[in-house]
Amino acid sequence: MGLLDAGITKHNVLVTSVDNVLNWARLSSLWPMGFGLACCAIEMMATNASNYDLERFGIFPRSSPRQSDLMIVAGTVTMKMAERVIRLYEQMPEPRYVLSMGSCSNCGGPYWQHGYHVLKGVDRIIPVDVYVPGCPPRPESLIGGLMKVQELIRMEQIGISRADALKKLAEKSVDPQMVIERERKAAGA
Amino acid sequence: MEEGKVVSQSVAASASAYAIIREKFGEAVSAFDANDTMPFFEVLDTSLWQEIALCMRDHAKLKFNYMACLSGVDYPAEEKLGIVCNIESLGVFNHKIAVKVKCSREGGSIPTVSCVWHTANWHEREAYDMYGMHFAGHPDLKRILCPEDWEGYPLRKDYKVQESYHGIKVPY
Repeated sequence: MGLLDAGITKHNVLVTSVDNVLNWARLSSLWPMGFGLACCAIEMMATNASNYDLERFGIFPRSSPRQSDLMIVAGTVTMKMAERVIRLYEQMPEPRYVLSMGSCSNCGGPYWQHGYHVLKGVDRIIPVDVYVPGCPPRPESLIGGLMKVQELIRMEQIGISRADALKKLAEKSVDPQMVIERERKAAGA
Repeated sequence: MEEGKVVSQSVAASASAYAIIREKFGEAVSAFDANDTMPFFEVLDTSLWQEIALCMRDHAKLKFNYMACLSGVDYPAEEKLGIVCNIESLGVFNHKIAVKVKCSREGGSIPTVSCVWHTANWHEREAYDMYGMHFAGHPDLKRILCPEDWEGYPLRKDYKVQESYHGIKVPY
């Protein structure tokens, strides 16, 4: 749970591990790079705006890759854009995360067969941490993906690799169907 | 056009505009196709296309002052590439007509009309980008959408996508 939920007692003294406090700080101010490529970008902007209010999670788009932790690849990546995406990714300081938003950047989407100009998945050029399905995904899905990035950050420790953190995240994953059914039951009761 | 056939007012207007062009250029233009959707004629002598376009724009009874669209077409059966221009006379006569111009599929060339209607500048670049026909006299004929080092012309019927672009795999 959140660090503040642990309860701070006298003199504002808090005992925790370095991993914990670092991860908490990083996941509470995920700054995505403010760039969009297609219709998914519209949905991403809607998610940033007041109705869905990403700022409550500390997520606020930055105008420079050098200030960003997270790249939301929102939309169709064309072959022409692919090299620019690589360059932007390389300009981001580490540790950096990539969220692939929507079918196009996941796998080429509707352009998979006849889209000669479309990159069939942004994971062909940069490593992707979280995939959000949808065409375009609703803001709730994007927020779900961002929560997943936060979970991934929570899995990190000093000295373990990103691959290990992703493995830990996969092991810890919860079957959403169970959650849905539980919520349904609770709503019916 | 068949005599006595009932045609809509706009097709009739296009037909009378065509009659003026036909009178001036004779056999250089084809017969008029009076369909309701997009009445058109074809320029048979491609080298006269620019002159015809200028006449269409400036002739006192034509005044085709607006190019609505210029599209490319591939005709593999005829071994030809072509363009279709939708041209209108906005605010003057309000008539419209489409013009088709064709050239050979390999190494073919069509005179540019970018000096007649500036709209044609980018449209011709796009047609070149997608079909690969040359526009003679175009001020800046280079690809407009695809990267400049892209291989092939994507909208040709026999187009096969390249395997990789700058080391990135292209097909699914």
